[in-house]
Amino acid sequence: MMKKTKIFAAIGGLSLAALSIFLISADHIDSPAVAGTKVDIADLYAFEADNPNNTVFIATLQGPLVPGQVTENAVFDEDVLVEFNIDNTGDFVEDLVIQAIRRDSIMYFFGPSEVEAADAGTSSTVYVNDGIGQVEISGVDETITATNNGISFFAGPRRDYFFFDFNQFNAVADGDAAPDGFLPPGQASDFFESLNVLTIAIEIPNFLLGTPPDHVGGLVGIQGLPRSYNVWVETKRKQ
Amino acid sequence: MKIYNIKIVVLALCTAVLFVQCADDDDNGNVIEQELCSDGIQNGDEEGVDCGGSACDPCIAGVVDFSGVYVQEDIMGRPAVNTAFGGSDPVKNDFNVSLVSDRAAFQPIFQETLEAYHDVYAIALGIPVEDLDYETNILGLDAATFTTVLAQFDALQVAPNAPTTYFDGTNVLTGRTLGDDVIDISLTLMFGGTTGTRFDGNNGTPQLTSDGVDIGDRDLTLPFPHMESPLTQ
Repeated sequence: MMKKTKIFAAIGGLSLAALSIFLISADHIDSPAVAGTKVDIADLYAFEADNPNNTVFIATLQGPLVPGQVTENAVFDEDVLVEFNIDNTGDFVEDLVIQAIRRDSIMYFFGPSEVEAADAGTSSTVYVNDGIGQVEISGVDETITATNNGISFFAGPRRDYFFFDFNQFNAVADGDAAPDGFLPPGQASDFFESLNVLTIAIEIPNFLLGTPPDHVGGLVGIQGLPRSYNVWVETKRKQ
Repeated sequence: MKIYNIKIVVLALCTAVLFVQCADDDDNGNVIEQELCSDGIQNGDEEGVDCGGSACDPCIAGVVDFSGVYVQEDIMGRPAVNTAFGGSDPVKNDFNVSLVSDRAAFQPIFQETLEAYHDVYAIALGIPVEDLDYETNILGLDAATFTTVLAQFDALQVAPNAPTTYFDGTNVLTGRTLGDDVIDISLTLMFGGTTGTRFDGNNGTPQLTSDGVDIGDRDLTLPFPHMESPLTQ
């Protein structure tokens, strides 16, 4: 009862505040420290490539971008390192990183680099000896990809693939949508349907990623899931 | 100035010798390319010394400055975790600069937020908050375990040898495709209860397990990088 009272008391403040920006995007419009900056991560995707021996990693940034000038003027920050982290031992500490960073009109890629224990964590340097390729950053009306040693690269603006009825969620969160909740298909509206993001994509052969560990689901009683890497993306700013 | 001139002459001579060697060689063009890409000078269509252009490996280090230390400001594994469960701005800021392997302190906060969502809707419906709690979800995870997975194991699980899906009803957590409806999946895990249908809009319940939108007209058949060009208007 005490717990409930405490939560109830918090509802007018913290919880409603949480709800009001709940799921604005998968990670779009993040906490105050990063919202609206060039480090702001929007989404992370990782999936089997058209060639099943490869995996595609996609990070989207700085979303949502309105079409037109806002998108045309959006740029990757040369002081921001984008790092795909791969744990292939199951301890949620990165064993490999794939890094991407812009210099002038080019996005440079490095890795997958083995991370020394002392280097794991919130600080990184660029693994300059592990360059794997580069690609000219695409403009709004072009799609420039590059492939080097079986690894493919892309960087540039894309349509946002995140979809969510954000406005109706606000109504739900405010209680205005009670008792029905979200709207049925056809009446619901995808807030992100006409917005863009900056995208970094890499397709890489799986053999470069090591052997995946047992799926983490096994730790919480979900058995039978296939061996899987644990993957996350970070943005890191030059000090 | 004199030394500079001598350098030019030496460079020219060296280059001349190289081409003579290649010209005298009856081997194929690949040998010439390899020679050019390891001759220590920028020639042909190289963009730097022995790098770039049509024949050599791309220019990476040594040409462009990548020095410095870079420090984490944002992080993301699964979709919506921090924004949905962080609860307050300071917590969200802390989460973004935290290590995935050091997140035990976030679990109780996430669990409290999960329960608070239910309380908010209870209030909206005019029923006692005690009567509306999170219920173990379709993955069999109770509130403590579910929020432990969210807080302490927050990474995309990516299976290199299995079909990719965030959750398709059968397979679960093998990655995230561009078309996966991660919002409906997240809502179902939060509000769907043991059957996934607890608050699905049927039987007098509110619709809390689907926001009613899907991928729409975004093209999921494109080759790498698999996403449409940006919209222009």
